[in-house]
Amino acid sequence: MSTENGSGETSTQTSYGKGGGEKGEVLLEMRGLKIEGMADDVWHEIVHGVDVTLHRGEVLGLIGESGAGKSTIGIASMGYAKPGCRISDGTIMFDGMDLRKTPEHQLRKLRGARIAYVAQSAAASFNPAHKLIDQYCEMPVQHGVKPRSEAEQEAKDIYARLRLPDPDNIGFRYPHQVSGGQLQRAMTAMAMSCRPDLIVFDEPTTALDVTTQIEVLAAIKDIVEQFNTAAIYITHDLAVVAQMADKIMVLKLGDMIEEGFARQMIEEPKEEYTKALVAVRTFRKDEDIPKEESPILKVENVTASYGGGVMVLKNVSMEIHKQKTVAVVGESGSGKSTLARAITGLLPPLEGTVTYHGEVWPNALKQRNKDQLRRLQMIYQLPDTALNPRQRIRDILGRPVEFYVGKKGKEKTQRVRELLDMIELDPDQFINRYPGELSGGQKQRICIARALAAEPELIICDEPTSALDQLVAEEILKLLDRLQKELHLSYMFITHDLATVRAIADEIIVMLLGEIVEQGAKDDVLNPPHHKYTDLLLSSVPEMDPDWLDNLLAERAARKAKGEAIMESMDN
Amino acid sequence: MELSMVLKEFWKELKKAPGTAWVGLAIIVFYVFLAVFAPFLTPYGESEVVGYEFEPWGENFALGTDNLGRDMATRLIYGARNTIGIAFITTALTFMMGSITGFMAATLGGWFDQALSRVVDILMAIPSLIFALLILTITGTSIPALIIVIAVLDSTRVFRLARAVSMNVVVMDYVEVAKLRGEGLWWIMNREVLPNATAPLVAEFGLRFCFVFLFISALSFLGLGIQPPTADWGSMVRDNATLITFGDITPLLPAGAIAMLTVGVNFVVDWFLQLTSGLRDEH
Amino acid sequence: MGKILKMIAQRLGLGLITLLVVSLIIFLGVELLPGDLAEAILGQAATEETVAAFRRELKLDLPAHERYFDWLFGIMQGDMGKSLANQRQISELIGTRLGNTLFLAMVAAIISVPLAVTLGVLAALYRNSFYDKCVNVVTLTSISFPEFFVAYILILFLAVKAGIFPSISNVSPDTDLWDRVYRVALPALTLTLVVIAHMMRMTRAAIINLLASPYIEMANLKGMPRSRIIVKHALPNAWAPIINVIVINLAYLVVGVVVVEVVFVYPGLGQLLVDSVSKRDIPVVQAASMIFAATYILLNLTADILSILTNPRLLHPK
Repeated sequence: MSTENGSGETSTQTSYGKGGGEKGEVLLEMRGLKIEGMADDVWHEIVHGVDVTLHRGEVLGLIGESGAGKSTIGIASMGYAKPGCRISDGTIMFDGMDLRKTPEHQLRKLRGARIAYVAQSAAASFNPAHKLIDQYCEMPVQHGVKPRSEAEQEAKDIYARLRLPDPDNIGFRYPHQVSGGQLQRAMTAMAMSCRPDLIVFDEPTTALDVTTQIEVLAAIKDIVEQFNTAAIYITHDLAVVAQMADKIMVLKLGDMIEEGFARQMIEEPKEEYTKALVAVRTFRKDEDIPKEESPILKVENVTASYGGGVMVLKNVSMEIHKQKTVAVVGESGSGKSTLARAITGLLPPLEGTVTYHGEVWPNALKQRNKDQLRRLQMIYQLPDTALNPRQRIRDILGRPVEFYVGKKGKEKTQRVRELLDMIELDPDQFINRYPGELSGGQKQRICIARALAAEPELIICDEPTSALDQLVAEEILKLLDRLQKELHLSYMFITHDLATVRAIADEIIVMLLGEIVEQGAKDDVLNPPHHKYTDLLLSSVPEMDPDWLDNLLAERAARKAKGEAIMESMDN
Repeated sequence: MELSMVLKEFWKELKKAPGTAWVGLAIIVFYVFLAVFAPFLTPYGESEVVGYEFEPWGENFALGTDNLGRDMATRLIYGARNTIGIAFITTALTFMMGSITGFMAATLGGWFDQALSRVVDILMAIPSLIFALLILTITGTSIPALIIVIAVLDSTRVFRLARAVSMNVVVMDYVEVAKLRGEGLWWIMNREVLPNATAPLVAEFGLRFCFVFLFISALSFLGLGIQPPTADWGSMVRDNATLITFGDITPLLPAGAIAMLTVGVNFVVDWFLQLTSGLRDEH
Repeated sequence: MGKILKMIAQRLGLGLITLLVVSLIIFLGVELLPGDLAEAILGQAATEETVAAFRRELKLDLPAHERYFDWLFGIMQGDMGKSLANQRQISELIGTRLGNTLFLAMVAAIISVPLAVTLGVLAALYRNSFYDKCVNVVTLTSISFPEFFVAYILILFLAVKAGIFPSISNVSPDTDLWDRVYRVALPALTLTLVVIAHMMRMTRAAIINLLASPYIEMANLKGMPRSRIIVKHALPNAWAPIINVIVINLAYLVVGVVVVEVVFVYPGLGQLLVDSVSKRDIPVVQAASMIFAATYILLNLTADILSILTNPRLLHPK
């Protein structure tokens, strides 16, 4: 999009309004930025002196894992600190003005008009009481940029450019009447309303399904290019930022690790941490052992409903074999988690059977005996809610040991220590801790250990890595793989993330709206020909290649022009 | 070891506590002291007539005498014992009924929850003072009737809170884990739900105590609560109210005693609520 | 729109059912009493004859359900039976007293509602400021005071010492409006002081909750002026919680009058209720309870319906 000209001159232009000025001059320069957050009634530094330079028309990607301070830095470019935070040191020069020295009422004139913000959750960030177009027109009218009628006309134009359906009328709806992906685009449109010089995108696609994400990404990229707007794009996903940004800055725990051009950063990262981030999705499990004749678990024609006559699962059949991983893939609402609940008996199937080693199990959880319960364990998506915060690790792991295996006293403690060793946590250090004293990854390890404590044959993993940072997630996948080999476990692995599937699956099941649309061995499903939904899903997963999005959109357009039937996201 | 840890933690938080919390704690300690040692602190018997009616403050009677010639100071101190004692018993009963039914409704769900919730809705649709008056008309005013009537009426509020709090806990994955493991109702209620629902319930205990205490005092003031000759602050205000019109502040003393205790408890509860909500933000 | 109407109809229906059940409880509570009501009330010493006469008086010889429907239809037509204590028509007894009580509650509401909401919103806007901390301590103290404590303090200072207001609020049907307001000044002030603290705390909590929403932060980042954020972004979403706070406190006022009326010897429904309870004049207690309960239920119903009507998600369904 732009090339650095290295001039570094700061313009002293003070006029408000449209993105004047030449491309390439410095728009935003933050020097030695320090930000503090309040915890336990004390201020702690969370950003330790970061420098950011952004030129006009340039897109800078801020990337890092949780706690990196990327959102805090991004929002500081507006001279704003979230409640409970404060900017403690450094300068924030925006187009010749030091925002730290600018009085609040002048900052307000700047915000929205010259620097706009796009939040992660559009659903929560749109005011439920006003129509979308009223919220769009508010900024231009209030900042005195243009009159209402003109703003309204422009809104429709931008809605159309962002490929929102029915652009002339969609603005007259209320936020809750519009789907998530559409709302996120409407929010991008709103940010554009004053033609700002700079837009801060704060993880705008994190909450969306992959197929929806593509459309929002394409829309954002398009509009930023059309208006030559500078942008700060904040995300935890390097593959996403590679598509959007000219330059990328990698952050870790409030420090800058590395900065450079997007392509160079992906192709030849310098720092170890960046290398790890780039390599994050390359883990593959070893080629496998032969498949046994008879399956451990066999699900036949299962149909389930949460009541009200709507079937969330329709006639689903599947098998899981010893020491194999079956990945169940689908987007939100596909019924993949419901399948897990049906198998465990938490939501007894209305029809169909669950057979284990040839023995038909009762459908309802309450009718299953202790040994049946022991053989099938579960790991959850959010380790925070899966561990009782009031129990020590000793008790969390000790209970299933006692309950299923009947070990007590010293024997029980010994077994708990073994389990901690197995998941690579030091028993002496961790056995007496509460979950609140553990990191996200450590908590998920404890959840795995709790499942292992029952000495099961099959573990259902319900998105166990999707709430974790990517590097941590990868460690968990490696751990699961090692445990599978050592203990000959079988996994049913539920996920929406195809990268994870590539890493660990032996077989894949693709689900859509409660039905299985495709299933088979990993290579068969991942290689063409696909079912058209599998195709959409597979092609929507962002890749590290910075040209991936452009190529994909071009290819989809070409196929559409040829009249090929391709599936569109559920969102439109 | 656990207990000393808890005490240490408590002391650590207390040192950071605002002045209001300290004042509150001091008030509560003072009242408890009065209530426990009432017989040793008073010069006369609880309902002993020792002088003329409405004697002024003086050497024999520090705070004068009441409408029947009983020592005001003595009755004030005994009042701490009676009024606080009855309010505390009532609150404890309220809590037992409210929280057990609330937990059960949340954990069991289904028709049990539905039935109990509808009953509570109806009970809460009637203002409790009116309801209490109605029932006391029928049963007559005796202390056991008073305690049971107030406890039943007030337990509806505890039920609502206990149910709401444990509903939030019951949907947690760790409760599902326990169900999947095959644990029974008792284990789930006792080990998984209860430890995570204590903080809001402890705060609620304080608030309920204040409410019950004020409620009983109001009933006594109306002449429908604790009956003579038992010394009780609410009825002491009522009995001596005429003095006010002569500019004598004596009847304000028992009223002030009531106010001070509720202020103290409220200050402590307020601190506790801030503390626990702060803790929740951290994790 | 259909969905809203359906929800409102549902609430109304529910309110009606609640009212019916409450009337049942109020009426049948007496039946559940162990032993014989007539003997319980008249005492052991009463002769057979007086007991029999008393039973006829209360129509205790008829089956319960018949008496219940008689009573219920009577109340609906304004006939609540006779008082046991003085044989007068209850509707007569209650008529002017109900008016007095509502007048007192209204005066208190007119002072307290605007004041409490304004002060509460201010405390929320300037939270953690010195003003807010003062508000917290003062309101916390004030909700801890029993109503009669506040009442007697006011009497001591404003009536006895300063002599500005009368300490007894005796009004009669022919008292003119200004005199009436003057006479209810102290009881109304007492009620105001008690209710205002609750209302302020609840308003403050509701607004703080609202100001933490992401869309308020968004409005800040859109560079909107503070006043506009409050008026255009917070307020349209604040109606439901604020209305709720107001109505809950109005309901509390209607009941809170009981104690205050006794202190100021104000001829209202509350005082009648307390008198009748000590005389165990059951028909009067039942009638007065029914009126209090009905007002309370009606107010809560209003809160429910208003919060449905101000919810944008319900007003503009998908």
